[in-house]
Amino acid sequence: MTGYILSRVLRAIITLLITVSLVFIFIRFSGDPAAALAPPDAPQEVIDQYARAMGLDQPLWQQYTSYIGGLFRGEFGYSIHTGRPVEALFFDRLPYTLHLGLTALSIALVLGIALGAIAAINRGRLLDRAVMGFSVFAFAMPNFLFGLCLILIGALVFQVFLAGAGANVLFPALTLGLAAMGSFARFARSSLLETINAPFMRAAEARGIPFARRLILHAAPNAAIPLVTLVGLSLGALIAGSVVTEQVFAWPGVGQLLVRSVATRDIATVQFLVLAVAFTMIMANLIVDLLYLVIDPRIRVK
Amino acid sequence: MTKTPGGDAPAPPLLSVNGLGIGLPPGGDRAEAVTDISFQIHPGETLCLVGESGSGKSVIGQAILGMLPRALPVTGGSIRLQDKVLPPQRDPAYQALRSVRMAMIFQDAGASLNPVKRVGRQLEEILKVHGVGAAERRDRVLDMFEAVRLRDPARIFAAYPHQLSGGQAQRVVIAGALLLKPALLVADEPTTALDVTTQAEILDLIAALKAETGASVLFITHDFGVVAEIADRVAVMKDGRIVEAGWAGDVLDRPQHPYTQRLIAASRPTGAAPSRVGEAPILEADGLHLTYRSGPIFNRRITQAVRDVSLSLAPGRTLAVVGESGSGKSSLARCLLRLEEVERGTIRFKGADITHLAGRDLQRLRKSVQVVLQDPYSALNPRQTIRSAIAEGAIIHGMPVAEARRKAEDLLELTGLTAQSADRYPHEFSGGQRQRICIARALALEPELLIADEAVSALDVSIQAQILDLFRDMQARFGFAMVFITHDLRVARAISDDILVMQQGRVVETGATGQVFDRPAHAYTRALLAAAPGLDLAMEEGAA
Repeated sequence: MTGYILSRVLRAIITLLITVSLVFIFIRFSGDPAAALAPPDAPQEVIDQYARAMGLDQPLWQQYTSYIGGLFRGEFGYSIHTGRPVEALFFDRLPYTLHLGLTALSIALVLGIALGAIAAINRGRLLDRAVMGFSVFAFAMPNFLFGLCLILIGALVFQVFLAGAGANVLFPALTLGLAAMGSFARFARSSLLETINAPFMRAAEARGIPFARRLILHAAPNAAIPLVTLVGLSLGALIAGSVVTEQVFAWPGVGQLLVRSVATRDIATVQFLVLAVAFTMIMANLIVDLLYLVIDPRIRVK
Repeated sequence: MTKTPGGDAPAPPLLSVNGLGIGLPPGGDRAEAVTDISFQIHPGETLCLVGESGSGKSVIGQAILGMLPRALPVTGGSIRLQDKVLPPQRDPAYQALRSVRMAMIFQDAGASLNPVKRVGRQLEEILKVHGVGAAERRDRVLDMFEAVRLRDPARIFAAYPHQLSGGQAQRVVIAGALLLKPALLVADEPTTALDVTTQAEILDLIAALKAETGASVLFITHDFGVVAEIADRVAVMKDGRIVEAGWAGDVLDRPQHPYTQRLIAASRPTGAAPSRVGEAPILEADGLHLTYRSGPIFNRRITQAVRDVSLSLAPGRTLAVVGESGSGKSSLARCLLRLEEVERGTIRFKGADITHLAGRDLQRLRKSVQVVLQDPYSALNPRQTIRSAIAEGAIIHGMPVAEARRKAEDLLELTGLTAQSADRYPHEFSGGQRQRICIARALALEPELLIADEAVSALDVSIQAQILDLFRDMQARFGFAMVFITHDLRVARAISDDILVMQQGRVVETGATGQVFDRPAHAYTRALLAAAPGLDLAMEEGAA
């Protein structure tokens, strides 16, 4: 078990190091940031001055070591536009994004698993098909379209404005969580069906264990194991989706900050945000790997 | 072991099945899964329901427990337990009957335990849902573990299913089935997935527990070897009907129905074909070692699969490698096929060292050494016609395409299929037919050595006998030498000239087949022989 934990943590650290280096390489090679920052008709001296100020005149390896060193010291650079440290900008926005993302994840999990279970129990019947049809729709619908529809209906029919920082989190969260809900529902259904038909479920029936008990205490913990993987992987889709959703709902989160920074070529901010997203994904997958220890004794006890 | 009809007590039967019929969904190969099934089981009696897969024997067990799926409706007849008609299928009233009056155990005991729960808790749950107080549950489970002869009950109690061996898992499941002292135990192929020695222990255990508790047993099996060990009475099923029933001794000694005769004959070995002796060996192995390393770098597991194995095989002869699962016999086959790189030792084929052959030389060797694997379902590419599957190897090794394809047809006919079937896909064939296709595929390259790895283990007994005949016929015709890996001593006896017994990666005994069977020198061989069900049946036949 210690070996398992150690190897997972080591893997996370290696992934993180590779990501940090890739971000550095991509940003340096996607064009000259100094030239991009300066006005289009600026003379070469001005561009060189920009470059010197940003340390771009130094050799590449020196730039790399000072970048890595900065990361270790917690110096992530300053936003070119506001002059504030990028991490301060990020932490201003983070509560909004966490609020939105976690609400969306909860909606997706609760609704998705419930719908999947209903479909699995009523396999092959009309209810199963209706639920699965709905989840394909939810999965396939682009979230900006669904968000716009919600805002439109809210404004025109109910005279409520659903966008902005002060609006109810429920609507952007529903928009963001819908696609994940669809995939959770489909996955929960197939995972549960597989478990329900497993030999140990028939054996439990033969032992006289009642249906509800078999479903909740025997099938559910087994069906949850593959679902945990999917939830970890879905986090990436949620983060990507939050960029669009925050834009549509004018939600002042990290996603909105990212869009703005890219549009204004605020390189230090973009670099930090990309790292933050990568860090979140790596940590989420590490947590999923460690969660397996809790839910699957076959990994825990060898 | 057997009773005479005169000893039949007048006591009322515990279970009586009268004219039971169970339907199949439309489009099946017959209208009903079982038709007009009638039998009785008296208190303390063991009835064996024997038949091959698809004969309908398992649905009868399910029907008794009230567990038939909706797709299989009862079409007639009745089931009575102590003179009371059982409720309709899937009725909630069964919950009070299951485990209490009747219990069921299944083929794969490990799979019939929930993988994420400790086994002790799973058995406690049986007591809990049937109203036993929390205070006494744990003790009752531990007592039951003792009763099924599990060593260290406390450790088993806290174990997860994957930590148990196959035999331990089956004991745990039997303990669970008998916790509430049911009058009837339905056992559906409970020993089929086990090694011969474990199988013998479980059969002994069921017989002993039956004697201790006075329970009756309905034992569902395809194996007449098992019947000879455990049955008081036998009912033989074919295509959903009982074709013969009676006292076990009578049916075994004087089978009336041709199908029963065929099943019994199939569980008995026949002598191997005469072979050439005295020629230089075609295959020699000397001091082979193979070690597997698996798992992550921090807790690497090291398994010594093959330890110091040497063997020698003359052209045209058959060597059987026998042993229980985990004995290293399949690893040995992989070494001989040059699919695994041995650590130490040498392998010589026709006198040439092939231990470290590589590249084009290895490719040429592949033509001369072919393999037939256990599972004929996964050994064939489902999207490839069988003509293409058979011809592919020959084409790769340089035969003109048209000739290879014609040859595929010839081989299909030789192996008992029709040339017309060449353009069909594997899923259109039965398991036995697929194994014929796999043999045809192996023979397409005219190998000098054929390695068969558990090649008949996945087949029903009567099909097994046919495929073994086919191996013998083909060997007589083409003259290849054969290494036949099997866990089944009956198969080994039927096919081989020489035998090599493996235990934990080592050779414990080797010699001529007849000699090893008649005078086994090593204790482990003797244990294997004693454990094999129905082998004494075969011996009697051989002596007669």
